[in-house]
Amino acid sequence: MATLGELERSVMDLLWSSDDALAATDIRDGLAGKELAVTTVLTVLTRLETKGFVTRERHIRPHVFRATTTRANHMAELMHEVLGTAPDRDAVLARFVGQVSSSDAATLRRILDGK
Amino acid sequence: MIATWVALAALAVALAWPVPILLARARWPARAPGTALLAWQAIALAGGLSMIGALLSYGLVPFGANLAEGIIAFPGWMVMGRLPNGTDFLQMFALSGAILLGIHLLLTLGLTFARAERSRRRHGELVQLLSAPMPERPGTRLIDHEAPVAYCLPGTTRSITVLSAGLIELLDDDQLRAVISHEMAHVAQRHHLVLLAFRAWRGSLPWFPIATRALDAVTVLVEMLADDRARREVSADTLARSIALVASASGDRVPGDRVSAVMATSDPAANALAADGDSAGRRIARLVAAQPPLSLRGRALVLLCGIALLAVPTALLALPVLALS
Repeated sequence: MATLGELERSVMDLLWSSDDALAATDIRDGLAGKELAVTTVLTVLTRLETKGFVTRERHIRPHVFRATTTRANHMAELMHEVLGTAPDRDAVLARFVGQVSSSDAATLRRILDGK
Repeated sequence: MIATWVALAALAVALAWPVPILLARARWPARAPGTALLAWQAIALAGGLSMIGALLSYGLVPFGANLAEGIIAFPGWMVMGRLPNGTDFLQMFALSGAILLGIHLLLTLGLTFARAERSRRRHGELVQLLSAPMPERPGTRLIDHEAPVAYCLPGTTRSITVLSAGLIELLDDDQLRAVISHEMAHVAQRHHLVLLAFRAWRGSLPWFPIATRALDAVTVLVEMLADDRARREVSADTLARSIALVASASGDRVPGDRVSAVMATSDPAANALAADGDSAGRRIARLVAAQPPLSLRGRALVLLCGIALLAVPTALLALPVLALS
């Protein structure tokens, strides 16, 4: 049994790779291997909507859903934070190696070159 | 009362400038990072306490013979809407300063924690969607990105270690183990809370260079602590190699065989890094040089100084109150 988090990921992957907006039934069919009920898919979609990853088009029945932005954009947002290049530095990430100043990177490379 | 505020002010000045400068310049913290971390916390706490205490006890001089009397008498005067005879502007200034500074510090602390919690949650959501769990390593997720990064995302119930595809490609199994146990140590020792507190301190006093210096020092110290934990599972050499690889890869990619040269203890460039390099360089130099840990006596001395630093302002502020009851 996949966790809710893993379901969210599968649903997003489907939406990211789809050009069109998808209805809950399309997503259920797309995730055929998981044998999900449509209500489960709708729960997942509502959660994703609350978090801002998915927008719902309400003027069509049944409602159709699309990804708010591309996977690449989200990845860029994530990596900005991880690499400390984001303007908002509130995230507390204990990175294995933090930002290395260019002079120190140069020194390190010099040592690595054995000079 | 006058003796109290003079003593507190002297302590506040000492803790705002010469003491943290000395600690930041000292070499021993690399040999006892845990002790040094406690010393920084003592300095920050005692510094704030003595600063607010000095302003408070100076401002309350007209209100009572000692701090306790002053605090008890103050609300009465405030309700009457008058000031005691002989109150001067400077004292009112100090009193307002103490109250504002206290509120400002607490608010910034709360705000910093709330903001960090918000970005942590958002980051967790992104990681959940963009990374796959690594079945062979519980609590670890893999993001498909070429930059070699590893970090931990502290969580309320469970924490996640995030590795990137670039890192897996760059490091061998032993080196990966070094990275993961380093990250686990951050989580286990709750380093993010210490860092947040110091970040809040800097955020509330951005014009105060010592707060920045303290945050920098503490940031390196928690890395060293995590390195020490990782060293129990992998050799210092493996760990140093991983740091060197990841650090140099954030600029250009460096072929693995060249990394061996970093491990030459006698390399003068390594010593230069130890003196004024940033986090990665200092950590490597420390691992390569294999310095012995600070003696028990040295660590005890530092701890005693830290306890004294906290005890003096507390006693100066609290003793008159206790004497009253």
